[in-house]
Amino acid sequence: MATRTVYRRGVPILEGLRYRGREGMFAWLLHRASGLGILLFLALHIVDIFLMAFGPEIFNELLVLYHAWWGRIMTVFLLFGVLFHALNGFRIIVQDFWPKLWPYERQLIWIEAAIFIPIFLWGAYQFLLPIFEH
Amino acid sequence: MNGNLSRAFVNRRGRVPHGNFELYSWLFMRISGLVLLIIAVFHLFYMHFAIGVDNIDYDLVAQRWTNPLWKIFDFFLLLFALTHGINGLRYIVDDYVHKPGWAVAVKSFIFLVYVTLLGLGAYIILTFQFTPESVQAALP
Repeated sequence: MATRTVYRRGVPILEGLRYRGREGMFAWLLHRASGLGILLFLALHIVDIFLMAFGPEIFNELLVLYHAWWGRIMTVFLLFGVLFHALNGFRIIVQDFWPKLWPYERQLIWIEAAIFIPIFLWGAYQFLLPIFEH
Repeated sequence: MNGNLSRAFVNRRGRVPHGNFELYSWLFMRISGLVLLIIAVFHLFYMHFAIGVDNIDYDLVAQRWTNPLWKIFDFFLLLFALTHGINGLRYIVDDYVHKPGWAVAVKSFIFLVYVTLLGLGAYIILTFQFTPESVQAALP
């Protein structure tokens, strides 16, 4: 199956972008990038929640992370990453346990995109709206 | 079971697993992925759309943690998300760090980060004691 090479690991990122694996390669690359982004945010989030130990003044001060306009833009990226990683991960699991779906990978990715786009756009709009209301 | 699992692994990775640890860590990513699909997405949407970021502050988090169910929820969210994420990072190290000595060094460092973050998060979620302002005011 030609699409299988898309998942060859250890391919340098630039070569990966040049390689025309189309939907599968693109999904793989976004899955990895979003995973790294979420992990980075998670590390930050664990530390900021840990600051609960130092009392309300310090903790509330730090919440600018989520309330400031740049914090809201960060959360839009987070929403993008979590939503994509969740849907794409679900597709991967479905394919793994129903191997008959392997040949329909491209169709599955397009279904995924059709679910992702409206939810993301609606969510991003909700997240960013308060910036303009202040 | 193990045969079917190995076959699914081979279909995905294009090679046989190096051993049981690799096979089960691969399976773990699928199981924790399904769990996170529900709890992490719920957490993100609940905090943003049901509660609203502007309403989140020290008191709200403290109030939530007076309910042991939220403590358990937050603890499992932390455990699954961090373990899933760190294991994913380990895959990336496997892909890009080929010298065995460097791989061990980088993975040891990642493991240290994992233990530290898990410790910080578990500590605050599980040991946090909320003292309401009215009680605080009455203290000497």
